Amino acid sequence: MSERPPRADPAVPPQLTPAGGPAADLAVEPGEAPPLDTAPTPPGTAPNLLDSLPPGPIPPAAAFSAAQAEPCLAVRDLAVSFRTRGGTVKALEQVGFTVGRGEIVALVGESGSGKSVTAYALMGILDAAGEVTAGTAQFGGTDLLHAPERTLRGIRGRDISMIFQNPRTALNPIRPVGKQIADVLIRHGGAGRREAPAAAIEMLRRVRITDPERRARAYPYEMSGGMCQRVMIAIALACRPKLLIADEPTTGIDVTTQAVIMDLLTGLARESGVSALVITHDLALASEYCDRVVVMHAGHVVEDAPVRDLFAHPRHPYTARLLAATPTGHASLADLASIPGSLPDLRRPDLPACRYIGRCDRALDSCQVSLQRREIAPSHLVACNNPL
Amino acid sequence: MGAMILRRLAVAVFSLIGVVVITFALTRVLPGDTAAYFAGPAASREAIEQLRHSLGLDKPAAEQFADYVAALARGDLGNSLTTGQPVLSDLLSRLPASAELTLLGLLVSLAIAIPFGILAAVKPGSFVDHACRLVTTAGVSLPVFFTGLLLVYVFYFILGWAPAPLGRLDVFLSAPPTVTGFFLIDSALAGDWETFRGALSQLVLPVLTLAIFALAPIARMTRAAMLAVLTSDFVRTARASGLTPWSVLITYAFRNALLPVVTTLGMVFSFLLGANVLVEKVFAWPGIGSYAIEALIASDFAPVQGFVLAMAVMYVLLNLLIDVLQGLIDPRARTAT
Ligand SMILES: Nc1ncnc2c1ncn2[C@@H]1O[C@H](COP(=O)(O)OP(=O)(O)OP(=O)(O)O)[C@@H](O)[C@H]1O
Ligand code: SF4
Ligand SMILES: [Mg+2]
Repeated sequence: MSERPPRADPAVPPQLTPAGGPAADLAVEPGEAPPLDTAPTPPGTAPNLLDSLPPGPIPPAAAFSAAQAEPCLAVRDLAVSFRTRGGTVKALEQVGFTVGRGEIVALVGESGSGKSVTAYALMGILDAAGEVTAGTAQFGGTDLLHAPERTLRGIRGRDISMIFQNPRTALNPIRPVGKQIADVLIRHGGAGRREAPAAAIEMLRRVRITDPERRARAYPYEMSGGMCQRVMIAIALACRPKLLIADEPTTGIDVTTQAVIMDLLTGLARESGVSALVITHDLALASEYCDRVVVMHAGHVVEDAPVRDLFAHPRHPYTARLLAATPTGHASLADLASIPGSLPDLRRPDLPACRYIGRCDRALDSCQVSLQRREIAPSHLVACNNPL
Repeated sequence: MGAMILRRLAVAVFSLIGVVVITFALTRVLPGDTAAYFAGPAASREAIEQLRHSLGLDKPAAEQFADYVAALARGDLGNSLTTGQPVLSDLLSRLPASAELTLLGLLVSLAIAIPFGILAAVKPGSFVDHACRLVTTAGVSLPVFFTGLLLVYVFYFILGWAPAPLGRLDVFLSAPPTVTGFFLIDSALAGDWETFRGALSQLVLPVLTLAIFALAPIARMTRAAMLAVLTSDFVRTARASGLTPWSVLITYAFRNALLPVVTTLGMVFSFLLGANVLVEKVFAWPGIGSYAIEALIASDFAPVQGFVLAMAVMYVLLNLLIDVLQGLIDPRARTAT
């Protein structure tokens, strides 16, 4: 059993001063949002990750303490396991993070680290084999992990919505896209049956689809991947949600369209003050579009920090390795071969306290049995016994 | 959609030409000498030859074929030597009996198989799922004449619940005035509920026999298609959008699962056309199947040819109908070649 040292509650960070006050509710000023129709950055042209960061006029730490004063979503101690033939897969353990109001948080990690499982658990759409075994997820007074299914169905699609990778298969192939948007609007009372088609067309216009009247009648197979993802964004934002979860929104989309989609997604989110959790493999994408990064490894959150802090001073050995391995940030974590070792088998009954131990060159004896999770700098959380 | 139907029709014309050639050839290679059969066992050699000549059976095959096609073009399927009637009118008068039986069989199997398949897919490993597996296995492994005989044995012979398997109506009842040729509909239209009940009670066992036969493939395909669709990305999207379980299940999942189910349906229906022949024999049903069997036993060419042709036409029309249905369900099928 890993002993857990006391950890600063991120909802009430100690550095929160009255100066941060309730007026500073919006962490991000409109001017900081990336312009919507910027040309995509060609891969490999960003010389350094830090260069691609917006020149922040707001000191990040202050901004985040404000954002965390009243978080949109607070996940604590989330654990998920899957029953399989080969044993129980402990896919998530003690996963915790918060998403402040209007904040855009990146969830990064290599394949299999548990990013999608985290999102699915929050949405309540885990596989039948998966089970939330511990934790809470506070969202506007509701615990998403324990609320009755009926309540959750009213929240899904209205207060929290989700966008998936591979938009072409994520849409119903035999239903016109306008109808699919209307379905959600009608379900959540966003529009009556009569007004829904027009409201759907209006949503298509908001996601900058040209000729929305005609496109509303089109089927997904008649559209490009990027266009389908715009439709997904329209569905997700149709009911003006408070939180948007995007699971690798640019995977399965043409490279040249990826930046356009991200611009649109984050632009609309910032415009309407929607908080967002963006799951991605791409560190450059995270640094470019997000305020904060949560790094996952083998079902643990290993580091959680504002973008600038994380890229300037990574404290977890895994994060440091990731950054070192991607000098331009444009290499995706998916094709990182340079980190030695692989993820531990999550079915093992004797998993070490730190799941990175097999790959770590700073490991201590204690890492086998206990793991310290602490706030090593303001708003900078790290789960490591021997941080950098 | 219109272009697709035209294209399918063009293909259908070619298949029909093939069927005409094959039916002609098939009846010529069947065992038995028609002339000898109809002349009777006591006939002399000369009498048989004379009959052969009058039937046109002594002409070269090519000439016979030309005669056959020319007659077909006039809508003349020849005369049945057994009934003495034109084959076309024989077939038309018996078609409603077969159609009523087959369509009801299909309807009953659909009404059972589809909800069964959906429930089995929604709750895999549940009681319904196991029951579904049991029924589909049984349906596949029981030959249709065996099911028919078994049902007759149990429900008529042992329990006495069903009437004797002797056709469409009890001898004491008269057929309702013909409107559609379907006894259930015609008797209901005439308000003759006694006949309606009589026709219905005669239909129960043969319809069940056909339904049990058709049930298995439909239920299995519905279950498989639903299982696949329920794990698809767009159903996940629908769930993540908070849509109600009903609209996820029907509007999103089932409509998509219908595509393979409709394809299976076409196949099942064509099997049913074949199974129908045996069921009609078992239940002494006066349809086109039993007509064809009697003609076949008597080496009576024309009705057999007419029957095969009628089946082929139905099969082609059926496939056309399936294509249209597919097009209605799936926008992608409308433009597919
Ligand atoms: N249905 C399932 N049954 C068993 N194990 C599962 C299931 N779904 C996920 N897992 C386990 O959970 C872990 C995390 O999976 P997850 O899909 O969240 O990874 P991810 O970070 O989203 O990766 P990727 O970048 O490839 O999408 C995996 O190691 C996997 O073994
Ligand atoms: S130092 Fe220890 S706790 Fe930190 S990453 Fe390495 S093994 Fe894990
Ligand atoms: Mg994933």
